[in-house]
Amino acid sequence: MSGADRSDSPPPETSADNRKFRRWFSPTFLMVTVRGRSGGIVMPQRDADRLPRQTGVAASARRRLLGHAIPVGTAIGLFLIWEAGVRMFQVPTYIAPAPSDVGRTMVEQWPLLLRNFWPTFYESIMGFLFGNMAAILIAVAFVHSRTVERAFFPIAVFVNTIPILAIAPILVLIFGAGLTAKVVIAALICFFPTLVNMVRGLQAVSPETLELARILSASKSEVFWKIRLPSSLPFLFSALKIAATTCVIGAIVGEWIGANLGLGALIIDSTFNFRSSLLYATVFLSSGLSVMLFALVTIAEKLVVRW
Amino acid sequence: MSVADPAGTARDYAAVLRNAVVRFGSFTALQDISLELEQGAFWTILGPSGCGKSTMLRLVSDLVPAASGEVSILGKSTEEARLAREFAFVFQDATLLPWRTALKNVELPLEIGRRRNIRIPVSDRSPKELLALVGLQGREDALPRELSGGMRQRVAIARALVCQPKLLLMDEPFGALDEMTRDHLNLQLLQIWEETGVTILFVTHSIPEAVFLGQKVLMLGTNPGRLREIVDIDIPSPRAIKVRDTQEFTKYTAYLRRLLEAD
Repeated sequence: MSGADRSDSPPPETSADNRKFRRWFSPTFLMVTVRGRSGGIVMPQRDADRLPRQTGVAASARRRLLGHAIPVGTAIGLFLIWEAGVRMFQVPTYIAPAPSDVGRTMVEQWPLLLRNFWPTFYESIMGFLFGNMAAILIAVAFVHSRTVERAFFPIAVFVNTIPILAIAPILVLIFGAGLTAKVVIAALICFFPTLVNMVRGLQAVSPETLELARILSASKSEVFWKIRLPSSLPFLFSALKIAATTCVIGAIVGEWIGANLGLGALIIDSTFNFRSSLLYATVFLSSGLSVMLFALVTIAEKLVVRW
Repeated sequence: MSVADPAGTARDYAAVLRNAVVRFGSFTALQDISLELEQGAFWTILGPSGCGKSTMLRLVSDLVPAASGEVSILGKSTEEARLAREFAFVFQDATLLPWRTALKNVELPLEIGRRRNIRIPVSDRSPKELLALVGLQGREDALPRELSGGMRQRVAIARALVCQPKLLLMDEPFGALDEMTRDHLNLQLLQIWEETGVTILFVTHSIPEAVFLGQKVLMLGTNPGRLREIVDIDIPSPRAIKVRDTQEFTKYTAYLRRLLEAD
């Protein structure tokens, strides 16, 4: 820091809302939160852990800019290397299209892409809703009754161990080639992480808090609504973030097995017809859908979990 | 459990224990505890770790049952007293609900049972006034994470007072706080005690704290947990922090320390 910087008076506080808004959409934040995906159980993260300490206006602005510039710059760099590589080695477009080709296809084929986007979007959302709803209700039943948990938890684990690609054809056979099968597959893929996290969240109440409830002679339903459910919310949102991205995977896998419309169907179709630019454009759109759903859940979390 | 007491004298006491025994399986946590806690008194419980100090509070507050013997609160059984909110408990950890503001945390006991039409006693002081009583005016809307450890514990004390309890049970409430905060809260607690007239049973592992706060110090012993001695502390109220520097005070602490070491 230069002498001029040091002479600055203590920094005025950045408006809290403004700062929050930037944090939701900062690429580093998205990455930090996505990283939790791999494990089954995701511990809720505290804001304090990921907020860097801000010391001065100039320094904090510089750090924020750097925080955005590094990931964005890296992405642009990779695209340039890709473009250069394709041109230099004269790779045929059907093997690997250059980013510029993909971009052009994205614009030219936008109506086609959009027509295939909506069914996948719909299936993902419905799968997200049904899968998580079922997981939450079953988690509540598990916490309510040890017997129910003992009876059904092994089955839940078993279902989770079946690869989604193996179970998808079975579900398409049962539910037909319509939307239902895709929604069920998307729901199934969301189900398990939410179940596990929700059970943990509902149990994450300190023994002393439960003693407090007992001294107040709280009923079981009061303990649930006033204590257990709110304390499970950070855990639930960690799971919902996982579900926001996996439900899209489920819908696309379902469309692979049998569909005329949808991003999954378009992926299969463009692959077999060597329309590689279209394939890449579809893939980017799919990942765009995941990111969008993820961002929506993150915003909802910031609005609900304020503590 | 109720104490057979035709003369009705049990009602004159905040709590009466007669030969109370607590067992966890084959382990005897408390053996033959008998005492009569007068209304409006401030007693402290002192003893080595594992002597059943906390268990004693949990026995009185209907969290653990007596294997034998009798426990009554204001002439009622512990269960009746619990349902009537005759007592309140302050834990070592503030046990605030992190999603509720300070004020909302204080109001929690008023919400529990409201839908079931249970008659809940309400303090003459509003939740807001109770927060002011513990020195937290202006912090009503703060979330627990925005408060220091001492402040959180003060919210917990305000919450305990919101149902106008006759008996306040405190389980090492200031044990996790630094010395300065602890002194400050000790003084504040004495003030609250004098202003509200509530009876207090206070567990601590600090000898100076036990002597400074208590009119009597109950000295417990281990193996099995039992009441060894009740020591009267004849230091007049109101007590100021500097009482601790007097010879009288150190006489008590020295005596209690000898007792502790002799166990």
